[in-house]
Amino acid sequence: MTRAPLDIDALLTDRRVRILVCCGAGGVGKTTTAAAIALRAAERGRHAVVLTIDPARRLAQSLGLTELDNTPRPVTGVDTSAGGSLDAMMLDMKRTFDEVVEQHTTPEKAAAILANPFYVAVSSSFAGTQEYMAMEKLGQLRAQADADQRWDLIVVDTPPSRSALDFLDAPKRLGSFLDGRFIRLLMAPAKATGKAYLKAFSAGMSLTIGVMTRLLGGDLLRDAQTFVAALDTMFGGFRERADQTYALLQNPETAFLVVAAPQRDALREASFFVDRLATESMPLAGIVFNRVQRLDSSIDRSRAEDAAAWLESEKPGTTAAALLRLHADLATMAALHRAHIGRFTSGHPGISVVEVPAAATDIHDLDGLRTVGMALSPPAAAPTDR
Amino acid sequence: MDLSAHDRHPASYGVRVNPPASRSSRGVRLHVLTGKGGTGKTTVAAALAIALARQGRKVLLCEVEDRQGISQLFDIKPLGIEEVEILSDPSGGSLWGLAVEPKAALMEYLHKFYKLGRAGSLLEKAGAVDFATTIAPGLRDVLLIGKVYEAVGRTAGRGKGPVYDAVVLDAPPTGRVVRFLGVNDELAQVARVGPIRSQADSITAMLQSRITAVHLVTLLEEMPVQECLDAMTDLAAAGLNVGGIVVNQVRDPILTEEDLDAIARGISPALRGQVADDLESAGIKAPATNADVLLREAREHIERLDLQAEQDQRIQAQGRAVFYLPALADGLESGGIAVLADELRVQEMV
Repeated sequence: MTRAPLDIDALLTDRRVRILVCCGAGGVGKTTTAAAIALRAAERGRHAVVLTIDPARRLAQSLGLTELDNTPRPVTGVDTSAGGSLDAMMLDMKRTFDEVVEQHTTPEKAAAILANPFYVAVSSSFAGTQEYMAMEKLGQLRAQADADQRWDLIVVDTPPSRSALDFLDAPKRLGSFLDGRFIRLLMAPAKATGKAYLKAFSAGMSLTIGVMTRLLGGDLLRDAQTFVAALDTMFGGFRERADQTYALLQNPETAFLVVAAPQRDALREASFFVDRLATESMPLAGIVFNRVQRLDSSIDRSRAEDAAAWLESEKPGTTAAALLRLHADLATMAALHRAHIGRFTSGHPGISVVEVPAAATDIHDLDGLRTVGMALSPPAAAPTDR
Repeated sequence: MDLSAHDRHPASYGVRVNPPASRSSRGVRLHVLTGKGGTGKTTVAAALAIALARQGRKVLLCEVEDRQGISQLFDIKPLGIEEVEILSDPSGGSLWGLAVEPKAALMEYLHKFYKLGRAGSLLEKAGAVDFATTIAPGLRDVLLIGKVYEAVGRTAGRGKGPVYDAVVLDAPPTGRVVRFLGVNDELAQVARVGPIRSQADSITAMLQSRITAVHLVTLLEEMPVQECLDAMTDLAAAGLNVGGIVVNQVRDPILTEEDLDAIARGISPALRGQVADDLESAGIKAPATNADVLLREAREHIERLDLQAEQDQRIQAQGRAVFYLPALADGLESGGIAVLADELRVQEMV
């Protein structure tokens, strides 16, 4: 098949690329991939920062992320001989949201918002808040990179969402909520003084409010009204920021990497995501197939099983027979992975792909990340630009 | 970590059932399955539901995250808001599927308790339904679990038994499950009175009773196990009844303990020579090269087994019922899900 392999090194060498977003379903190794890419970029001379969402404990420790303090910190143990650097941070969703509120309003109003039960719930549990805040943080890091030149590459891990699409949809969802008709209706008692307003909305409004009050109790509506009224001054700010970040994602300086495991569910997610990026004119750099079972031997499954069966009957108890059984299992898995990947790639012609072989153990140190980084770069391209 | 070959065999991963699972799951009518994303939560939920159906029970398998995981797993039409029969078993049992959707649940609720035909659509028009199902904290979850609660409690008529003998819920992943099941706490922040609040109270009473068990699905890898242990603590603290731990995709050691030990100690020239000779006699070409490849595969396999054993010790230390499901080389194609269902029955999870 004539398909350009995904050349991560070329991407990392291209200084016009300033943002790399790693997306994909939960459990496919997004965080590890993001960290490995950021490390490789740093060791090839980029000033990189990696924004992780929820790293495994030992991986976090190896990046120096011992506390979730929402601040990028230098990673130690990085080879800086090429002139690069690596910072890492872990997203604190609630804190990021609080900061946005504090930035956009007076201290008194901010305090009122932060204490509102609706705000507490929305900022800590609203489906999509984590995605929205990841985007918000990305926007902040990008602005800081412009201001102090500390970074020339931002690598972003995305939240373990129900769907990878949530990352793209969350800001709009929050925006449309804040803009929503019901929200404006809720604000009516707090805001409307003119009769014209009442006239326009009273058809059904009193019934609506009546039903909601019956269902939810008056407190909920009162809290919601207070929350919405308090946020009112910030609506513009929220929307504007969401729009800005969205535009940033469509900018050619951004590249998306879709991470997938060679399994049906993960590939289906990846497929949705790839199609969606195309619809949104967002730049897809390629697909990373993670944890792919490879075979270093030409012995296929049936050959291995036949030979094992022969040995088991002729020479019972040989180690070789057991090794062949083990190999047959690996060959089966490898064939399954090939089939899944083949189906995906033929459904998405023209998309660059790279495969990362399955590692025997969890990756939780810089050396492990370097190994992943090597696997991400095709050997032909690796030695050329040092 | 130093491990003897004995530890590498999952069959010897500690005492398997502690306390006896059959006792702990007795009387359970709502099985809630959670786990880190990618651990096979949906697969295990389906396998458990099949295992129950094969015992002659009428079982409802529900999903709440709008993913159509169940229909994809069984290769059937996307599930809607109507319960549909997925399969029936010669034992008389049957498996039904349902994708719970918050808007439909809200409308059904409004209709049932308030006879709100017109007001329902008015609410929809005003955006109140969107509000209730997306933003109002906790409401969405109350609606989703409310539907499950209704299915668990549904009876065929006055004085008759329940429609479903068991309900299996493919719940949100570990990161969100405590909040999802803790509807009451979440709502307490915003709805202090009113019918939704009393609905939440009844749901919580059911979730905290012995008819509900929350089972955790994990892989024997660091991150899924960590999330599993964290979730168990949080679930227990929230007053929920933690059931068993289902360890998914356990690798078969294949090799004998002696072989595992010999390879783990470092491959001797004698072993290498012996393997090459045996491969040659079995007609494998390039026996020396292939012996090296096969032994390298075995070494990586041992690393995985050691990792498995290490993580299994953490799981075993919980003193809960643990069930092991094999990694299927073929994936879930060709009846893999039924194999898993049989495993759960044999190990007496239900």
